[in-house]
Amino acid sequence: MTTEATLRGWLLAEIPQSKLQARCQRVFIGWLDFKRNPIAMIGLLIIVGLVAIATLAPWITTSNGLELHLADRLKPPGSEHWFGTDELGRDILDRIIWGSRITLYIVALVSIIVVPIGLLIGTVAGYMGGWVDTVLMRLTDIFLAFPRLILAMALVAVLGRGLENAVLAIALTTWSPFARIARAEALTIRNSEFILAAQMQGISTVGILVRHVTPLCMSSVTVRLTLDMAGIILTAAGLGFLGLGAQPPTPEWGAMISLGRQYLIDQWWVPTIPGIAILVVSLGFNLLGDGLRDVLDPKSGN
Amino acid sequence: MALQSNLTSILGVVTSLLLTFIGLTAITFVIGRMMPADPVLAIVGDRASQEVYDQVYLQLGLDKPVYIQYLRYLEQLVEGDLGTSIMTAQPVLDDIIRFFPATLELATVATLLGIFVGIPMGVLAAVHQGRWPDHIVRVISLIGYSAPIFWLGMVGLLVFYANLGWVAGPGRLDVYYDGIVEPVTGVLMIDAAMSGEWDIFYNALSHLVLPATILGTFALAYIARMTRSFMLDQLSQEYILTARVKGMPERKVIWGHAFRNVLVQLITIIGLTYASLLEGSVLTETVFSWPGIGQYITNSLFNNDMNAVLGGTIVVGACFVGINMLSDLLYRLVDPRIR
Amino acid sequence: MTDSALLRVEDLHVTYNTPTGLVRAVSGVSFELGREKLGIVGESGSGKSQTGRAILGLTATGGTVSASRLEFKGTNLLNASERTMRQIRGRGISMIMQDPKYSLNPVMTVGYQIEEALLVHNRTSKRVARERTYEMLRAVKIREPERVYRAYPHEVSGGMGQRIMIAMMMIPEPDIIIADEPTSALDVTVQLQVLAVLDDMISERGMGLIFISHDLNLIASFCDRILIMYDGRVVEECTAAELDRAQHPYTQGLVNCLPRLDGGQDELPVLKRDPSWLTTPGATR
Repeated sequence: MTTEATLRGWLLAEIPQSKLQARCQRVFIGWLDFKRNPIAMIGLLIIVGLVAIATLAPWITTSNGLELHLADRLKPPGSEHWFGTDELGRDILDRIIWGSRITLYIVALVSIIVVPIGLLIGTVAGYMGGWVDTVLMRLTDIFLAFPRLILAMALVAVLGRGLENAVLAIALTTWSPFARIARAEALTIRNSEFILAAQMQGISTVGILVRHVTPLCMSSVTVRLTLDMAGIILTAAGLGFLGLGAQPPTPEWGAMISLGRQYLIDQWWVPTIPGIAILVVSLGFNLLGDGLRDVLDPKSGN
Repeated sequence: MALQSNLTSILGVVTSLLLTFIGLTAITFVIGRMMPADPVLAIVGDRASQEVYDQVYLQLGLDKPVYIQYLRYLEQLVEGDLGTSIMTAQPVLDDIIRFFPATLELATVATLLGIFVGIPMGVLAAVHQGRWPDHIVRVISLIGYSAPIFWLGMVGLLVFYANLGWVAGPGRLDVYYDGIVEPVTGVLMIDAAMSGEWDIFYNALSHLVLPATILGTFALAYIARMTRSFMLDQLSQEYILTARVKGMPERKVIWGHAFRNVLVQLITIIGLTYASLLEGSVLTETVFSWPGIGQYITNSLFNNDMNAVLGGTIVVGACFVGINMLSDLLYRLVDPRIR
Repeated sequence: MTDSALLRVEDLHVTYNTPTGLVRAVSGVSFELGREKLGIVGESGSGKSQTGRAILGLTATGGTVSASRLEFKGTNLLNASERTMRQIRGRGISMIMQDPKYSLNPVMTVGYQIEEALLVHNRTSKRVARERTYEMLRAVKIREPERVYRAYPHEVSGGMGQRIMIAMMMIPEPDIIIADEPTSALDVTVQLQVLAVLDDMISERGMGLIFISHDLNLIASFCDRILIMYDGRVVEECTAAELDRAQHPYTQGLVNCLPRLDGGQDELPVLKRDPSWLTTPGATR
């Protein structure tokens, strides 16, 4: 028996022998389900591709994307420069590859800020109920009611321009839906028996929230995060386009479009190609999110 | 009885949104206080004497505790005082009133496009689920809300203006026509039509087409997707089988029965779309040099005109809240289950 | 073969093509229906509802219907055009569904939906349609037809909703009515009322009834003839009176499961299922 066969056997066993095995089995079965959806697989491929490109950047680029080569400026796409060069002679393909790191950076940073905040506020509100719930939900609603981009702009105006500030501004405008989701989950299980059992065991509220309530929210939160990620990237690109995000010479895709804007008519590739990159990544997250939702939460959507 | 519960729920909605709006003002107030720039200096200039500085300091109420300052801020808001713009030296509110109609024009036309194209697309996709009309609609929809809207605008300009010459370029009107029409409503096309200046009307139209279509694509994508989702949900319900058992023609089953149920939910979606278009216009206006509130806020931002930025934020935020309240109320009126 | 048969079903098959393989919902069902009350009993998944849907040509997408004969008053339902089917639905054959909470359109008034059923098949004025609707509502023992006419489905009780359903399906005066678990969603007391209404209307108009249910007792007391279905096929066909002398072990099992008021049993026997029932030909024509 090959190791692959035994691994598969372990994953498909009728009765799991350990918690770890049960968990792995759930993930594996979810994965099989997911694989059946070709659209979702394309999304996954795109995101995996993004991570791969970002990781391998130092090895697959010919330059660091920052040095000027004014002699080569505004060259059309060709054999030497696959995507052409921009107004300062930098190879656009290289800049896009380096820019993928920034995109991933934005994705990671926003997730790290938004998910804990959302989970914290949501689970506390749902679990505690009462006036705590009302106050926290009012707070959530206020942020939800705000126009995302404009609030982000106002925040950046105050905090100053720069990638981190832009990310912070975006994070502050996108945590609300996660709080709502976490609260909904917390409300559903608040009165269930295993929570009661945990309370009787003397586990503190914090303990219950962290170890029991939060894990149950994770699948909905993950789906929502993936779906929202496309919007987050678009907002970040928008801020970059307005000059409020990463500052030159950083190869952030939105900023690249902004700088290349004046060359739109005659050297269309300068602003157009970074936009295609944004489109592809955003598409990837949307497809992936749709696929994840079909697997994890089949009753919503179709 | 029904009327009483109706009123209570309406009251509830209004109160809730009022509270949200107050929260909004709190946030803008906080942001305003976070400014690195000294608001007093912004008014008196950096060559003023200490006395003048102190005078203005007291005038602005900066010596009072924070919550009093906030209340004063609210008071001013209610009176319509959003401060004075540093750039134009006009009251911010006046500036905003001047720029807002352009944005409204864009957002409204785009939303209408989204409604009249997006809804049939969504219904078509749901009825033919799994077959090629469904796939086409899903692809268009997906691209529509995955694409960065400013990029889409630029590509649109490249293709339809620079290469094909089908539409006019950036700006709301050719410079040639600027200032001829009296701004009555602020909406150029209506004003031009009212004064009979038809070539201005057509010029304005040719400038409006592209940005409205770009924004409209975004609206269409979202509306089509949601319509499809709602229709699929309804078409799987039992009452659809009932309608078919009665011997109704399929067209009536789809539009008369299923769609009637979807309409109610679409109200909320359309409200959300309109609101997000007000926001999306920020980027579109930059690309098309459209003199709307988005441009206003962006320019103010670059000029560090904080009053203008915050004033614009509050106004757009208020519109958001207002639109949500309107669609919520409408929803309650239309859905018999809630009445 | 009787000449008064309204509906003739011979060797009906309904199969679904699913990712996990072919599912045979109905495998070779045959029966005839005249102006009588026929009951179809079976557990969930026995194919009884699917039979009803197949007769009306409303099998869900993905399902294929085939039969050597499927006729209603001489019209072949298998290759009938959609137009013909739409004329038969409602006016020829009608169907009452299980739960009025779901089977009535929530955003339309009850009266409008009943009128609609009439207007699809009859060109009358709105006023006449409204009058007929009131008549129908009275016929199903609803006392304030004008008020109920203006009501929405969520505003009426389950029993009333089901009577509204009956009114809606009877108003075009069909020859056959299929009742798919019409009382399963109702309280026991309400069940009897609804059944009484149904019974009256069917006898008055001399209609044919196909009553689909999982409740053998109910069917035995309500219907003239009974069809027992198991896993997509008919395993027994008999009159209600002959139920005690049932041949097929499954039917016997079902009968034995019914608790009896006159005692004599300590334990209810458990229904045994024999896989050989799936392969041996059942007692069908």
